[in-house]
Amino acid sequence: MSALLEVSGVSVTFDGFRAINNLSFSIGAQELRAIIGPNGAGKTTFMDIVTGKTRPDTGSVTFGERSVSLLSLSEAQIARAGVGRKFQRPTVFEDQTVAENLTMALKAHRAPWRVLFWKERPEDRTRVEALAQEVGLADHLPRKAGELSHGQKQWLEIGMLLAQEPRLLLVDEPAAGMTLAEREHTTALLVEMAKTRAVVVVEHDMEFVRRLNCKVTVLHEGAVLAEGSLDHVTKNQQVIEVYLGRG
Amino acid sequence: MTRQTSVERSFLAKNPSVLWFILILALFTLGVTVLSEAYGVAFLSTSFVKTLGKTLCLCLVALAMDLIWGYAGILSLGHMAFFALGGYMLGMWLMYARTEEIVVAALAQGGLPATPEEIGQGIAVQIFGVVGASELPPIWVFAHSFWAQLALVVAVPGVLALVFGWLAFRSRVTGVYLSILTQAMTLALALYLFQNDSGLRGNNGLSGLQNMPGLAEVSQDRVSVWFFWASALALGLGYVLLAWVVSGKFGSVIRAIRDDEQRVRFLGYSVEGYKLFVFTLTAVIAAIAGALYYPQAGIINPAELAPIASIYLAVWVAIGGRGRLYGAVIGAAFVSLLSSWFTGGRAPSVPLGFYTINWVDWWLVLLGLSFVAVTLFAPKGIGGVFDLWQGVRAPDRKGAALGPDDGALMEKEAKE
Ligand SMILES: Nc1ncnc2c1ncn2[C@@H]1O[C@H](COP(=O)(O)OP(=O)(O)O)[C@@H](O)[C@H]1O
Ligand SMILES: [Mg+2]
Repeated sequence: MSALLEVSGVSVTFDGFRAINNLSFSIGAQELRAIIGPNGAGKTTFMDIVTGKTRPDTGSVTFGERSVSLLSLSEAQIARAGVGRKFQRPTVFEDQTVAENLTMALKAHRAPWRVLFWKERPEDRTRVEALAQEVGLADHLPRKAGELSHGQKQWLEIGMLLAQEPRLLLVDEPAAGMTLAEREHTTALLVEMAKTRAVVVVEHDMEFVRRLNCKVTVLHEGAVLAEGSLDHVTKNQQVIEVYLGRG
Repeated sequence: MTRQTSVERSFLAKNPSVLWFILILALFTLGVTVLSEAYGVAFLSTSFVKTLGKTLCLCLVALAMDLIWGYAGILSLGHMAFFALGGYMLGMWLMYARTEEIVVAALAQGGLPATPEEIGQGIAVQIFGVVGASELPPIWVFAHSFWAQLALVVAVPGVLALVFGWLAFRSRVTGVYLSILTQAMTLALALYLFQNDSGLRGNNGLSGLQNMPGLAEVSQDRVSVWFFWASALALGLGYVLLAWVVSGKFGSVIRAIRDDEQRVRFLGYSVEGYKLFVFTLTAVIAAIAGALYYPQAGIINPAELAPIASIYLAVWVAIGGRGRLYGAVIGAAFVSLLSSWFTGGRAPSVPLGFYTINWVDWWLVLLGLSFVAVTLFAPKGIGGVFDLWQGVRAPDRKGAALGPDDGALMEKEAKE
């Protein structure tokens, strides 16, 4: 299986502090991967690099069959190429309705001119309703996103990601602030999504990672410390020392 | 059949304010016409009709300001520069064509038909004698053509906005830095135009713009009403256009850019492209408003591009209520009419015994205090009154950070 995303030899320095240190990482087109690591390990920074928010000092990041370099693309171009991102805190547009949030995310032309003359077709409507159904917000379409609960906002954001139809999905701590039932729902959804696309999940919660039942990459001080099944990495002596050992 | 939600309904059903606005504007136009000297009972003086026509133009530029600031979140403090440039572009034709008529008439007195060179020379001296030049500067090459100058009304401010916006947005200049940059732009332009060799008569500006070429026999009573009609039409069209722009997905995207532009980038929208689009579109609308305003004012000079003019524009929109189109119109009409009443010397002074408040001097203080008060106590401005009336309460734009526990609690509440 050839890799969808290939990150190799990437380093980033913030004011002399090396947040990412010669990091290499790759993921296949239909794969679920969990990234774990202590606070400050560089997990969020890794996502910033892939999505174009942060430019690395060295290294390469390529995407897709034709191995397009993401380093020369803007955030918006990377998103259009098929990389979706879910932030740690839910970020939805609170002043707009659930329907408007989903409609904006819907896969469609993104140029100002095209968007200005965009008209909703019945299938767009159906798609928005189906997405809302999928994330349990079908009854909330006309409500402003700002009125939703924290968990519902998380769901709305996941719905927006689905609407984008990304080929690679980066999810930063999805379970934060969710109830147990919501976590289970989230796990199932992530596993389901990974059947048709690549999904990278950053998570602190070991129970959550265990339920994902996938390959795990352990980050530490900006580099990969270990990689393999959860059982495999949790047996690794170094991993126990830097991360698990601290409880 | 599916649920009716906001996305589904037609444009007018979704924007009831458009019909109301057009209705009120039509009634107002009819009323002014009936009360005018030329077409009615002569209750309103011609100069007051001009003031009202100019006010409509100010409402139009306020609409543009609301789109860029209220909706897209870009506090441009340079849009009155585009307004004035629009005025200059049309003013060039007005001044040229009127002067041509006068020169031709004067030369005809001499008996022999005048040659085109003599006419050209006469026009140049008439217009530029005041700055000590006797030749038309190259930028006046199209001034003889109404249609060419009309095209320039749109093209010159449009291209300036495009270039300036491209440079600023591409470098991701945002917030207060962008505001300062736009102030610098309008100041630089004003200083340039103040020079005698700028080609636009330096600090004299262009004058006599109220005299329509070819309409020397038509009285100002009539011309003022025609311009009033044209201004009302432009405002009506501008309102419908902008209401349409903000009502669809485009409006959604620019409001999203205002609230969290980084998130919009990760949705795949080129934020810079949208900002540039809105900046240029609003510059063109401002220019059209200016082209209608200055023939009613009769004169334009570089002081019109002073940085303070654009700041006033922002104040009007803030007082009227940004982020809603009728708010901008209300703010511009209310504050500018009040302003001309206070500064026109008609407002009675307030004698305090030890000091007399003379409104010509104190109006700006009052305006400044109102601005601060609105910003602090009524951020929705005058337009917010309509919300009270309809009982609408909008949620905060940025939600407060909720910890996991708070979130879970709210989830429970939501289910109950
Ligand atoms: N923009 C930035 N400027 C300076 N330091 C940063 C910046 N972003 C991240 N860092 C630092 O880089 C390190 C990695 O951060 P981060 O990727 O957020 O870690 P994680 O998500 O794994 O907890 C931290 O020490 C953090 O302080
Ligand atoms: Mg993080």
